[in-house]
Amino acid sequence: MATFDLNGKEVTVDVPDDTPLLWVLRDEMQMTGTKFGCGVAQCGACTVMLNGMTRRSCVTPISMVDGSSVTTIEGMDGPETKAVQAAWESLDVPQCGWCQSGQVMSASALLREIPKPTDEDIDNAMAGNICRCATYVRIRKAIHDAADSLEG
Amino acid sequence: MTKMNRRGFLTSSAGLVIGLSLPIAARAQSGAALAFESDGTEGTFAPNAFVRVAPDDTVTVMIKHIEFGQGPYTGLSTLVAEELDADWSQMRAEAAPADAVYKNLAFGMQGTGGSTAMANSYMQMRKAGAAARAMLVAAAAEEWGVDGSEITVSKGVISHGDKTSAFGALAEKAAQQTVPEDPTVKTADQFVLIGQDLPKLDTVAKSNGTATFSMDLYRDGMKTVVVAHAPKFGGAVASFDDSAALKVPGVEAVHQIPQGIAVYATSTFAAIKGRNALDIQWDDSNAETRSTDAIFEAFSEAAAQGGQDAEMIGNGAADIDGAAQVIEAEFRFPYLAHAPMEPLDGLIEYSEGKAEVWMGSQFPGLDHPAVANVLSLEPANVRVNVMLAGGSFGRRAQDTAHFANELAEVAKAAGPGTYKLVWTREDDLHGGYYRPLTVHKMRAGLAEDGTLTGWEDVVVNQSIMAGGPMAQMMQDGMDPTSYEGSTKMPYDLAHARTGWAQMESPVSVLWWRSVGHSHTGYATEVFLDMVLEAQGKDPVQGRLDLLKSDMTRDRGVLEKVAEMAGWDGEKVKGDKGYGVALHESFSTYVAQIAEVSDVDGMPKVHRVWCAVDCGVAVNPNVIRAQMEGGVGFGLGTVLFDEITLADGGEVQQSNFDTYRMLRIHEMPEVTVEIIQSDADPTGVGEPGLPPIGPAVANAWRALTGETGTTLPFAKKTGA
Repeated sequence: MATFDLNGKEVTVDVPDDTPLLWVLRDEMQMTGTKFGCGVAQCGACTVMLNGMTRRSCVTPISMVDGSSVTTIEGMDGPETKAVQAAWESLDVPQCGWCQSGQVMSASALLREIPKPTDEDIDNAMAGNICRCATYVRIRKAIHDAADSLEG
Repeated sequence: MTKMNRRGFLTSSAGLVIGLSLPIAARAQSGAALAFESDGTEGTFAPNAFVRVAPDDTVTVMIKHIEFGQGPYTGLSTLVAEELDADWSQMRAEAAPADAVYKNLAFGMQGTGGSTAMANSYMQMRKAGAAARAMLVAAAAEEWGVDGSEITVSKGVISHGDKTSAFGALAEKAAQQTVPEDPTVKTADQFVLIGQDLPKLDTVAKSNGTATFSMDLYRDGMKTVVVAHAPKFGGAVASFDDSAALKVPGVEAVHQIPQGIAVYATSTFAAIKGRNALDIQWDDSNAETRSTDAIFEAFSEAAAQGGQDAEMIGNGAADIDGAAQVIEAEFRFPYLAHAPMEPLDGLIEYSEGKAEVWMGSQFPGLDHPAVANVLSLEPANVRVNVMLAGGSFGRRAQDTAHFANELAEVAKAAGPGTYKLVWTREDDLHGGYYRPLTVHKMRAGLAEDGTLTGWEDVVVNQSIMAGGPMAQMMQDGMDPTSYEGSTKMPYDLAHARTGWAQMESPVSVLWWRSVGHSHTGYATEVFLDMVLEAQGKDPVQGRLDLLKSDMTRDRGVLEKVAEMAGWDGEKVKGDKGYGVALHESFSTYVAQIAEVSDVDGMPKVHRVWCAVDCGVAVNPNVIRAQMEGGVGFGLGTVLFDEITLADGGEVQQSNFDTYRMLRIHEMPEVTVEIIQSDADPTGVGEPGLPPIGPAVANAWRALTGETGTTLPFAKKTGA
């Protein structure tokens, strides 16, 4: 049993304590924007915000989430996310799309932290998010473009 | 998800004419046409199985090729929109279900692969759009009482004098017009949309989490299923004890199926925990127990025997041994997993006498009959819905329909109900269907004056086609996908031989992005660099001199990439090495130059220049994206990736910690230029990959003197 804030609404779930947040979101809530890619915090497809920080939901037991605040891709509506999504659209970043929720989450968190990131900042913030289609050239450019649009 | 009319289940009649204009009778036989009719919107106009014009002016294109990032939703819709003179903003794409009307004209079966989506659809989809346009124009002519030849259409607006109409208002009337048998299509100079960087139709949904893949589907009462597969290839269940598994909260049942032991649960996590709690004894008497090291040794010994002739040019390899100088190299390519970000998964609703499946089916033409066969159902009572897929790279193109079979077996074992079968990443990496492990034994002879006296490439690997339904495509026991790219080279080698030795192993193999070209491009282009160096020739000029005179497109991309990179013959500048490679695959021509430095004994790739000739560039932005992606995918592979078997036969990689993906800080800058061409378009999903490995290896050899003969590079450093 855990109670937490999910995208601004309080929810309670009755699942075993070791159930990863990822599977609670998907199997219990049917909030499917958060993706399963590896299950061992290696790929970043399951990235969510936990108390405002990026977190791999696949290795986050629900017991740890009790009393916390969780934001998923469905609940991301700040200026950074809007700028990121606009840049994603303008550059047509996604290919298969499976990893992109996680990419958008990590990119949004980066811009909240560092409004004008360097290439190295981007490497550091995004290296945990694998894109098998290798859309990395466009991810990098889109983050720079999003930063420019927020500044502008 | 549009609710489909159950009577609309496929009735793939063998003689159905495919293409632009299905006569009404044929439409009635086509599940596709019924899919349109069941859209349920009054006044919708569907002139054929590919185009639907709705009263709200939207134009929906049924896409017969699965979308997993390579761009058919956008590319094929562009073809329809072009001939329809639609506005891009009114275009929508929808996945076509399994139905013979949607077969790949290059395969004769519904499926995606071999970078054929654009090539086989180019005229078919344009004619589909042109037919719709002709019928809308005829409807307008009737409505306005004017001559159709005086009517113009532009950006979704039909006009005559001061009369104008959008498509939707005329849809109902258009549906009553005669379907033209062979509508005229535009000439290239009339193109408005083809050649433009139109925004991709699937980008927005893939940026905000709303794009729906099969793993995202949930149904009331659905069971999630994971299967314990044999840990060794060719292994089988000897006995099992499920008592602990059944005690895991949420686990509802355990059944043995031909593929292993299936655990049924109320959630994915419960199913995974249940599987972990299974106690299974495996029978390994028919299993592969060799290590990959031992397999390489066996393949290497076979290479020394020369294999069967796959191609002989001039005197073949006869004059290599007596030459003044003999150059030799043995290249070793590991098994590779495709590792799409979405592992394999699918949903099946199974009830008395019928089944409906949702999955990222790359070969619906094979998956559909497989489900029907396992469940002993009439094909007409099985529907396969093709979903967006989180990558494939060949992994979902299953000639054995193994995943569809497993999904159907899961349903069969448990009886009527709804089941979602999920493979975890461990299942994916342990699960086989790898790019075949391959050895290339290469030799070349040079005369005193440097003339090439012979070139030999002996390729040794398992056949992908043998033993499956594609085996009938093999001729004289030869599987060209095993060595494609080593034969039919663009160079005038005068005397050359390609040999092939087919090996056997229970390890399953499959097409992997660019198939045979994934290793032949590397072996031939690295070895060629070694030969050119021995001849004292420049890698670019040497290749240009060696190209056959009619290989104008190879020449075009090579000259272009040299210009882009400012190639001046200096292979090393400061701490950077530069390497070039040229390779045609699937009738698309690509040349790349890589800029590489040495960081702790591993190649660090800074910049890549890429020139591509794929005929008419339908959407240049998609083409550039596929070249960028091919570079990144291929680079990660040559640097990091291998699937190895330990002594005893167990796979040693389990997840992305041990099967390393390229990450953003390892991605080079990529500059792409597309050769202007009027030739019919060819594919871009695969051809960007083959040149990157050899371009990097050639740069690395220039920089360090080391030839990357054993892949991946990380094997050498343990990085």
